[in-house]
This record gives sequence, C-alpha cells and structure tokens, in this order.
Amino acid sequence: MTNNAITVEGISKRYPGQKDKLALNKISFNVPQGSLYGIIGPDGAGKTTLLRILSSVMLQSSGKASVLGFDTRRKAEEIRKLIGYMPQEFSQYPDLNLIENLNFFANIQGVSKSQKQERIEKMLTLTNLSGFRQRAAGNLSGGMKKKLALSCAMVHNPRVLILDEPTTGVDPVSRAEFWSLLSTIVKDGVTVLISTPYMDEAERCSMVGILYDGQILKEGTPEALTDQLPFNIIEVKAKPRKQMREVVSQTKDILSWNPVGDRLRLSVPPAKERSISRELEYSFKRQKLDLHILRSARKTMEDVFVTVVEEQEGQKS
Amino acid sequence: MTQNTVEVKNLVKTFGKFRAVDDVSFYIPQGEIFGLLGPNGAGKTTTIRMLIGILRPDSGTANVLGFDVRKKPEEVKKRIGYMSQKFSLYNDLSVRENLDFYAAIYNDISARQRRLRVDEMLEMVDLKEIEKSLTKSLSGAWRQRLALACSIIHKPKMLFLDEATAGVDPVARRYFWDLIYRLAGEGISVLATTHYMDEADYCNTIGMMYQGRLVSLASPDTIKDSLPGVLLQVDVKDPLEVQKVLQNVPCVLHISIQGMQLHVTVKRDSDIGTIERTLLRANMPASNIEIIQPSLEDAFTSIVSQERVKAS
Repeated sequence: MTNNAITVEGISKRYPGQKDKLALNKISFNVPQGSLYGIIGPDGAGKTTLLRILSSVMLQSSGKASVLGFDTRRKAEEIRKLIGYMPQEFSQYPDLNLIENLNFFANIQGVSKSQKQERIEKMLTLTNLSGFRQRAAGNLSGGMKKKLALSCAMVHNPRVLILDEPTTGVDPVSRAEFWSLLSTIVKDGVTVLISTPYMDEAERCSMVGILYDGQILKEGTPEALTDQLPFNIIEVKAKPRKQMREVVSQTKDILSWNPVGDRLRLSVPPAKERSISRELEYSFKRQKLDLHILRSARKTMEDVFVTVVEEQEGQKS
Repeated sequence: MTQNTVEVKNLVKTFGKFRAVDDVSFYIPQGEIFGLLGPNGAGKTTTIRMLIGILRPDSGTANVLGFDVRKKPEEVKKRIGYMSQKFSLYNDLSVRENLDFYAAIYNDISARQRRLRVDEMLEMVDLKEIEKSLTKSLSGAWRQRLALACSIIHKPKMLFLDEATAGVDPVARRYFWDLIYRLAGEGISVLATTHYMDEADYCNTIGMMYQGRLVSLASPDTIKDSLPGVLLQVDVKDPLEVQKVLQNVPCVLHISIQGMQLHVTVKRDSDIGTIERTLLRANMPASNIEIIQPSLEDAFTSIVSQERVKAS
C-alpha cells in the first residue's frame, strides 16, 4: 500500500501548435497522503497545466500519474469522484444562489439524496457562508466567491483537493481566512495540492515544489529549502532612500540586494555578516542618514524563489 | 495653479441602495505614488473608474490634471494612463505592433515620432530583443511589462494601476515596481491598488478603504506606528494550535498567522513573559519571541478587524 496520494512519473505536456516548447518537461514528484503540497512558480511555468492533468481534465503527452492509486489517463472517472478541483477562474453560476450552486455541484458529483442536505450545511458552516444562502453567487465579494468555489469543490467529501491559485486577487484578511480553512481541512485528513504566487503561503505548506519552465527545480519542506540558502540576510531601512541605496551599493562583500517595499534585503556571506553590519552602521552614521532598521532577518521562501529563478535565468543568458 | 495631479473631494457613487464610494477625499501631489488598499469590494475600482472618466460620480468633485472628471471626461481620458489586471493586448500582434497600435490611437504624433517613441518604450521595459515575438507567446511577466509600456506610450502625467501585479511572481513584481519608481522619479504621479502589502510599502501615501469609506489616510510609516499595542513575532511549530491557546490570554489584542510565524499584538506595557509561560504550559514552546515593527499587512489586518467590530 502506498503512502502517496499523488504520484507523478516523468510527465510531459506539449500543446498542439507549440512545436519547440514543452509546457511540462518530464516532471516527477510525490504528494504524501495528508500533506499540504504547494506548487510555486512564475506565470507560464506550467502550474495550471500540471493541476489540470492531475485532476484528469486534460491528458498528458507522455509519462504517468496516479491519484489515490488510479491512473489519470485510464481511470479519469474514478479520480473525479474522489478529488475536488478548484480552477483559477470563478466557475460557479453567477445567477444561481449559494444553495442552488451547491445543489448543482452535489448532483453532478453524485452525492446521494440522503447525504446532500447534510453535506451542504456542513460546507456552509465550515466556510462561514450560512448567512448568505439566498444570495446570487455573482453578488458575492471576491473572498466569498473563493469560499463558495471551495465549498462546491468539497461538497462530495473528496479525499484530495486540487486548488489552482485560490487566493490570487484576494485581500490579506480574506486570504488569512482561506488559509485557516485549509488548515482545518488538512487536519481532517484531506490531502491538498495548491498552486500560489504568494510566498508567505508557500511557507505554510508541508512540502513545496518550485516549478520553472515546465520543470521542478527544487523540492522540499520550507524549512529545508530556506536552510539550504548559502547566505544570510540583513534587512536595512534608512532615509533618504536614495542615499541608503548608494551606501549599500558601495559596501564591500554584499552578494546582492533587493528592494522589498521600503526596505532593502541584502544577501551576505554568513562569515561576513557582522563586519558588513558594522560597516553599514558606520557609513549611515557618517553620512547622517536616518537609520530605522538594521538587523539580521529570517530567510524566507521569497529568498529561495528569487535565488532559484535568478540562477536559472543566469544560466540561460 | 495647482500642484496636485489628483484632487478628490467628498466623492460619492451609489448603485441602487449600495454606496460603493462614500464621501471619499484625498489628493496626490505631482510625482508621488498613492496606494489605495482595501478588502475586495471596498470601492477601489469604482473610485478609479470615476477618476479616469468612465463612470460619473453621484456627487462630490474630482479633478485629474486640472480637469473636472464630470465636466471634461474626454480631456482626462486623453491625458492619463491606465493598466488593470486584465491586460488589453492583442495576442496576434507582435510586441512592437501592439505598441505601435496604442501609439497610433493618440493621432497627434507623426509616424517618425511614433517610431522613436515605440523604440524608447521597448528600451525602457527591456523588450527590445523580442520586439518581433507574438504577444501570445510571452510569459505573464513580459506581457505585464508590455501592457505597462502600452499604457504610458502617450507620456501621461498620471498613471492608474488597478491590481496590475495580481498573480505575478516576486521577481517580476520587483522589476515592475522598479519601473514604477523610475516613472515617479520623472514626475509622473501614480495611483495603484494592490493586495500585496510589500508593494504598498513603496507608496508615499496610503488610503485604506472599507465599505466605500476611506478609513485611514497616511504614509506607510505613520500607519504602522499608529497601531494599538506592541507587536510580537512568535516562532512556533504549529501556528494554528498556538493561535487557539493565545486567543484566551487577556493581554492579547490580535493574532494573525504569517507564513511560519505568528504575529501577536499585545497591550502596551504587558509582560512578554506571560506569552512565553503560557506556551510552555501548553507544551508548545516558542523558539523565538521578539518585538518587531508592524508590517503593512499587520496594519491592514488590524484596521479591517477594527472596522468589522464597529460595523457589528
């Protein structure tokens, strides 16, 4: 008996008319049962293609994938009964209300009459949408639309959930709500495969795969991936901003630096972190800059992502 | 003579009984970046649609580049740049052809000027090498850069960005904001909406909207400093479980989960040891607790929850 909910072995996808480009290039990875697996990658990396193949709504060109032991190519019907798939676009009926939408999706998923009512109520409670049953789906706010879509994807009690960028374009508060919902779902034993452009969300996954140009370049737990980075991070904020940049660009031994909001994040060799820090403080003082922040910062998945993508683009050019 | 590119006073827009924009006032000085934040449905896009002259306000005034959007919407439309999440590019045209098309819409420049202008844009957004590629073959990040170039091909003095970076990866977002910064440096004013709070930190001023109203208007630093209480960053193994435990501690005002960490707002002058001891007792010790400056994400979450409490 396998412990993986999803196994992917050397999957490739070539779209008709795109001769030179593989949307997916021999991808292999496993999603352990009960895990929350995140796929992160730039736009056009192949995230949606991959999730569609695993939801068995699209066929791969070569390679093999199975979900809960069923082959995606030959057992699509079985898979669709056992998984919930939430596409990126809002796919509910805008002129039907919440109950009507949930009923519709329960019917096409073959939820039995005796269970339907209970499942629908459970979904409304879980997503905190009970107060809106009669509202037309088209009149929900962005965050609520996503929660309805999740409810519809889960109404048949699937064991695996496949979510394609469920929080894109959603505000921070609704995003936080959506994620505590996901944590509850995972605690109940559902396996979740999710794609996201938000790096803070990637940190909440138990496993992360970085997809780039149709290939998985890195895979691991967020902790392992951030620990592997060969540098430390110093965070700086000083005003005026322009002079801060000048000071940083003139300081020796800094590997690279990036503006993130009103701060600069500097990658530095771990052995030189202290001396660089001291030199920066001295330069800021000498040039009479207003220093707000100068500290060693935690490495994040954003650092991992940026490093991986820059390495890859450096190799290409 | 006014120094402000945008001046909005008591702007109101209703759809039936729904007040989408409710008495909103702000201004944007020349060369500044103004960030409009808020939950989905707060009225950000409606505000922008009024400012670019395609939606008529019910009451209040809005001046953009010296023109009243109600009386002179056509003058406004000609002079501003606008880019939204849904890029309006022609997929079957090349990069250069798209730029040429947008340049030609503004028919008061000669063919020669147009060519120069297109070249200048291609240089600026770094797409010169792929000018002949078909737009549909571009990655999302490149399409985004092209869309930006198209929206400023007529050298507008005011640029509106409505969630222009939604769904784009961090590397592309940083590059995009570097471009926006350069434009602001050249004297262009920018109004941007975004759900990425790190981007909001690039703005000179931030307006936070909630249910049609502007509930906060200040610089990013002022907003962060005005939050109630003290913010603690707590590193733990299971943020969700720890959140449940800390919710019941009296000095805790607010908790949010950010990545692998918890952000816990406690009352000023409270004993941080209380948090540490509570977690020890619950057998979920924190590997690190430190006081940090709130991020705009913390500020946003805090302001929205305060408004929700007021509303209920």
